[in-house]
Amino acid sequence: MRRIDAVFARHKKPAFIGFTVAGDPDKETSIRAAMALIKGGTDILELGIPFSDPVADGPTIQKADERSLASGTTVDTVFDIVREIRKRSEVPIVFLVYFNVVCHRGIDRFYREAHEAGVDGILVADMPVEEADEVYKAALRNYIDPIFLITQTTSDTRIKKIAAKSRGYLYLVAVLGVTGVRDRVSSDALDLLKRVRKFTEVPLALGFGISTPDHAKTCAAAGADGVIVGSAIVDIISRNPQNPDAMERDLEAYVSEMKKAL
Amino acid sequence: MRKKGRYGKYGGQYVSETLMSALIELESAYDAIKRNREFIRNLAALQQEYAGRETPLTFCPNVSQELGCRIYLKREDLVHGGSHKLNNTLGQALLAKHMGKKRLIAETGAGQHGVATAIVGAALGMPVEVYMGEVDTKRQALNVFRMELMGAKVIPVTTGTRTLKDAINEALRDWVANVRDTYYLIGSVVGPHPYPLMVRDFQSVIGKETRRQVMKKEGRLPDTIVACVGGGSNAMGIFYPFVKDDVELVGVEAGGDGIETGKHSATLCAGEAGVLHGTLSYLLQNGDGQVLPTHSISAGLDYPGVGPEHSMHKDSGRVTYTAVNDPDVLAAFRFLSEKEGIIPALESAHAVAWVMKNADRFDRDDVVIINLSGRGDKDVAEVAELQGRVA
Repeated sequence: MRRIDAVFARHKKPAFIGFTVAGDPDKETSIRAAMALIKGGTDILELGIPFSDPVADGPTIQKADERSLASGTTVDTVFDIVREIRKRSEVPIVFLVYFNVVCHRGIDRFYREAHEAGVDGILVADMPVEEADEVYKAALRNYIDPIFLITQTTSDTRIKKIAAKSRGYLYLVAVLGVTGVRDRVSSDALDLLKRVRKFTEVPLALGFGISTPDHAKTCAAAGADGVIVGSAIVDIISRNPQNPDAMERDLEAYVSEMKKAL
Repeated sequence: MRKKGRYGKYGGQYVSETLMSALIELESAYDAIKRNREFIRNLAALQQEYAGRETPLTFCPNVSQELGCRIYLKREDLVHGGSHKLNNTLGQALLAKHMGKKRLIAETGAGQHGVATAIVGAALGMPVEVYMGEVDTKRQALNVFRMELMGAKVIPVTTGTRTLKDAINEALRDWVANVRDTYYLIGSVVGPHPYPLMVRDFQSVIGKETRRQVMKKEGRLPDTIVACVGGGSNAMGIFYPFVKDDVELVGVEAGGDGIETGKHSATLCAGEAGVLHGTLSYLLQNGDGQVLPTHSISAGLDYPGVGPEHSMHKDSGRVTYTAVNDPDVLAAFRFLSEKEGIIPALESAHAVAWVMKNADRFDRDDVVIINLSGRGDKDVAEVAELQGRVA
């Protein structure tokens, strides 16, 4: 069984999916952050590949991208980071990436290298299903789960189309807007969960704006198969620039607290 | 590859999922409205009574004498607001109103598109917010004041390179968060489908008029049409009605300090295919697909991308794309001002500079049309400062 499928097959409780920007603030610290997330109990690790123009991201992740690029992170560095994590853990790894990075390296080459490094799924942030034929085929050819976004503005017709091409899980966007911490999980997000559930058996993970154990509880109660946390994790990393030990401790504690709430 | 919204292999809709419904809605609204008689009538009336169309095709006796060919200027500098940008904002704002949108947002580089959006917001009674890179708010302070005077809110963008590219990023982020009631009024032939198509349609009025006017004045089509290319809307507007004719089309990009220095915005001359702001097109990027910072003396051309239809014309060779450097642009800015009493925008001065540099290749009877996309009043302070620094 594929690593991502195994997570959802095994779990009675919703999965905790933790996101961090690869190379933030630098390669070594970023590997330590990822390992701390895994040690805390992260079920699936999402790694963002930094991009100069991350239009789907709010200020927190934009700054993480900037820090990572400033430290010299390239796509090769990101593959190195994946290989390092893979040596130590079998946790599923999913890339979040903007299409130009994939496109510039060559779509098939990117997916092949990702698979070889140990990546399990890839979500291309600016790739709607209508344009996705090439990346979809490259994903299947290279044993990568293609993961897509569904949002409150996605029509039922398009939900069906997207669900038909999705493997691993569907990433449900809980807010209208970019990534970043919000006060609460909106009722619109929970309605979206119900709406998508009618059309597909693919596991549904809610992300964008989720940061507290209360948020996680709300999502779990509404029947989410997973919650995705990004900006809150990136915040912890950015708060400890000189102290990676404290960063590891805080990340681990944060993830275990979130896991308890699920 | 999906054929919809493509120019050869370029174009497409590479946006985050939240925006797809908005693009689908926009596409069908535009499809319906472009054949709607009332819309066509309203737009024509606004172009004539409000924007001041048609604009003249001015023969330039002194410049023609000096350069040795017959040079005409298509006077988009005389459109209300001072540039061709109003052609597009009038069309899109009418569409936004028809769609029931409550709020207009826009990005701007030199401020010309921001001003043109502020104008239509005031005229049609819609609130306007304009994203503008912090660097550009400083070098185009006059346009910031003009926008504010007309009731628009200018939001300085402090992320990334703090220029046009980052203003578009922020506008896209705003749109994602407010997609239900907000209309994103893109100012050039860039962005996801249907924007490149729509903006080209609205700007084609430039080329259609030019065709009529040159036939009347010269009794024939011109030999060459020259326009500056940043995103490429004024160029596409004047080129499009001539694409199938035997007319040389030249797009002039911003060479900045020189392409070899890396400090330029000459996307078609020095870039390669990539995806930015929802479209596949030529793009200035590094070996890892990260978008490169750009440089140009003119804020309006300071952009690492370009419209996808231009990319197609570049590959097919139908349009010749070239670049001129900042010093030549400044010389052209002064030359046209002195010889004809017409101060060109620094953007448009790129087209003038190319004709000056290539005067040798034209015969006395050759008819050359320069699209004078904007007037240079907005640039006077910056040029004065640059000259002060030189002296």
